[in-house]
Amino acid sequence: MTQVKSHEPLLRIAKRDSIARPKAWAIRIVAVLLSLVVSGVFIFAVTKLNPIAVYEGIFDGAFGTPRRSWVTVRDAMMLLCIGVGLAPAFKMRFWNIGAEGQVLIGGIVTAGFMRAFGGDIPTPALLVIMAVVSLLAGAAWGMVPATFKAVWNTNETLFTLMMNYVAIQLTSYFVAAWENPVGSNTVGVINQQTRDGWFPALFGQEYGLNVLLVLLLTVGMFLYLKYSKQGYEISVVGDSENTARYAGINVKKVTIRTMAISGAICGLAGFIAVAGSSHTISTSTAGGRGFTAIIVAWLAQFNTFVMILISFLLVFLQKGAIQIASRYNLNDYASNIITGIILFFILGSEFFINYRIILRGGKEGGAK
Amino acid sequence: MELTTAIELRHITKRFGKVVANDDISLEIKRGEILSLLGENGSGKTTLMNMLAGIYFPDEGEILVNGVPTTIASPKDAFACGIGMIHQHFKLVDVFTAAENIVLGLEGERKLDLKAASAKILEICEKYGFSIDPAKKIYDMSVSEKQTVEIIKVLYRGADILILDEPTAVLTPQETDRLFDIMRNMKADGKALVIITHKLHEVMDVSDRVAVLRKGKYIGDVATRDTSPQKLTDMMVGHTVTLNIDRPLVENRHRRLEVKDLTVLTPDGIKALDHVSFDAYGSEILGIAGISGSGQKELLEAIAGLRTAQPGSHVIYHPPAPDEPIAGAHVPVDRDGEELLGKNPRQIHDIGVSMAFVPEDRLGMGLVGSMGMADNMMLKTYRSGRGPLLDRKPPRQLAEQVKQELDVLTPSINTPVRRLSGGNVQKVLVGREIAQNPSVLMTAYAVRGLDINTSYTIYNLLTEQKLKGVAVIYVGEDLDVLLELCDRILVLCGGQVSGIVDGRTTTKEEVGLLMTRFVKEAKEA
Repeated sequence: MTQVKSHEPLLRIAKRDSIARPKAWAIRIVAVLLSLVVSGVFIFAVTKLNPIAVYEGIFDGAFGTPRRSWVTVRDAMMLLCIGVGLAPAFKMRFWNIGAEGQVLIGGIVTAGFMRAFGGDIPTPALLVIMAVVSLLAGAAWGMVPATFKAVWNTNETLFTLMMNYVAIQLTSYFVAAWENPVGSNTVGVINQQTRDGWFPALFGQEYGLNVLLVLLLTVGMFLYLKYSKQGYEISVVGDSENTARYAGINVKKVTIRTMAISGAICGLAGFIAVAGSSHTISTSTAGGRGFTAIIVAWLAQFNTFVMILISFLLVFLQKGAIQIASRYNLNDYASNIITGIILFFILGSEFFINYRIILRGGKEGGAK
Repeated sequence: MELTTAIELRHITKRFGKVVANDDISLEIKRGEILSLLGENGSGKTTLMNMLAGIYFPDEGEILVNGVPTTIASPKDAFACGIGMIHQHFKLVDVFTAAENIVLGLEGERKLDLKAASAKILEICEKYGFSIDPAKKIYDMSVSEKQTVEIIKVLYRGADILILDEPTAVLTPQETDRLFDIMRNMKADGKALVIITHKLHEVMDVSDRVAVLRKGKYIGDVATRDTSPQKLTDMMVGHTVTLNIDRPLVENRHRRLEVKDLTVLTPDGIKALDHVSFDAYGSEILGIAGISGSGQKELLEAIAGLRTAQPGSHVIYHPPAPDEPIAGAHVPVDRDGEELLGKNPRQIHDIGVSMAFVPEDRLGMGLVGSMGMADNMMLKTYRSGRGPLLDRKPPRQLAEQVKQELDVLTPSINTPVRRLSGGNVQKVLVGREIAQNPSVLMTAYAVRGLDINTSYTIYNLLTEQKLKGVAVIYVGEDLDVLLELCDRILVLCGGQVSGIVDGRTTTKEEVGLLMTRFVKEAKEA
């Protein structure tokens, strides 16, 4: 019989039972600080710039002037709106990767109505009509993959993803059809002179209505998921379809209905993007936010209030990155690397919140 | 004859977070002896043996193999020490043959010599009395054959210390006897054997020595010939437990469910149930016995409205008479009987049938693991009340009530039930189902994984429901319990009813034979 001599493993990983909230936040804050240090080392190593000055630049880019602050708020609201739209789908464990397309579809119908009826229908009424049709269009776009999933059990991840490309092609088609001026290959600003169908200023702020609408949705979705019967059904289906069937829940109906809601809110985000912000439509109206919002929804664990924080953080980093890129003549990639480092640390901190590392000789019961 | 010590455990402690799974355990495993490791679920038997198999690593203490302190950090180390563990859940590749599975992962020649391997496998079979076809695919095998492959797999690797984790849980009484014969052959060959179990009669039957664990602590070991089931139970539980199940006979019984020619197909089109017919009566516990996978799950799910049946099948519900105590809350349904097939659980509920169902998969079907007790209480009733919002007050009260009455251990009624222990999860589920004041109560493996005390709590709850006039259907795996608890026992074999016997007069042998009746007939034909 051979005898094996080997050592206790150097590192072991153990799942935490639970963690006190202050400790979890302490881990997150340490992660952010560490990420700033690592980015600082990176900045200095590559550009020989003073990291502190670069961080100032980031802040300046997001909040340097009132105008910049409002653009940051507007973009954060946009991201938040899509995140709120994704929340019910992800809570149901329906992998809606199609927000990008749902936003574009909402944007197309909004732009279409704006061009067709601007001036004929008073702006407040037109805004209501555009909101409704963008909701319907987004809902329809979301219900297609949901119906296929419910009836034929198709894979929703691929389906919703491919629907994005259909929506992008449709957008290209309409951009070509509505080209203005001819040859520019853009739609141009719609109703630039009359501002028909544009969001009016609210409380004296250009983007006041954007903020109001999105915050209403945020609160509404929080209440819907937590206190409504339909929200309860979504949680049950998300946990286990068998349990849902056992409870007499019609899984097909809930799947389709929830995706209709998810798509509708993303469609409304398209309406806000077109009528409340860019006043035009292009393939970059969604601009990848449909994907970024997935990070927002997951990091927040579908808690729409936490999403506010995360949306702001992501937009803040993005604006700052653009600013330092132009100020210090870094190219976009350098600033993207900094954003990447910061996100890596924030996402990575979740691992240390859920698990503990035990070094050789450490006692498993020792740490809390 | 002096037995030599194969393995000695000294002061082994293993913790998982705050839970101490094994607390300062010292134990000897000897060659030429069968040791039973006895303890309730969660007492740390499997954890302790997993440390020998290299799956876990002890926090404290040392392991001596043949008297030499040894570090077992991986399953590979364990094999090098000659330790082989046969796990409760088989780890075989379905599309491979027995021989391919047995040599899988072995280092050696570049070229795989399956012929030589088969010869060696047959040699092992001959030596210990197995019978297996090395060229048979795993997916063609019965559970007992798969287990044989697992055992040969560790013998093939030269293991002379074998650990079997609840090997009889999936076997019929006859197969169990055969396994025990093989274990005795291995013992005679000088191998050290450990069998993990919580079935007392098996301990008495096969082992030479019994080591008892309770809540992670080592209670002691006794020679099997010097002890009795009652003594062992007392050691396991820590105080004296009465092992009798009360079985009052109710004379005046009414037919509640009439199942006629029930045929259900699996998604692959295979008959999971084949023309099953029986009656279930109020004030009666009808036991369902059978090897696991004989159609028990499909039967209960079809009655509960979760599976579609083939045309020609009937499940007819006869409501309790208006003067029965359980009749009160029921909407009067058709007195001549109401067809339940073709209705989903919601429709069954809506026509006034209060059907309680405790499914086998507690967290995957009966409960929502990520929700607390309170939210789980309203799983079937959340729709009640007007308006689109949930009324969380009644479920909270019910949760508090169940927590108190059934002694559920949980930090709070909002703690996700997934974090509770198996026994507490089952109490939550059974508590909710009984609270709905059912007229039919179906349970699948209601005591699986539960400690003795909780098991008896459940048996008593079922008998209580029976006395109230409920038709109780109890799918079980422990024949001893079925024989003590049930008024009648229906035996399923391969999706067919192979017999319905009186629980008071039948014997374990009779039920055991019925469990394999059609298999044998098919083989003889």
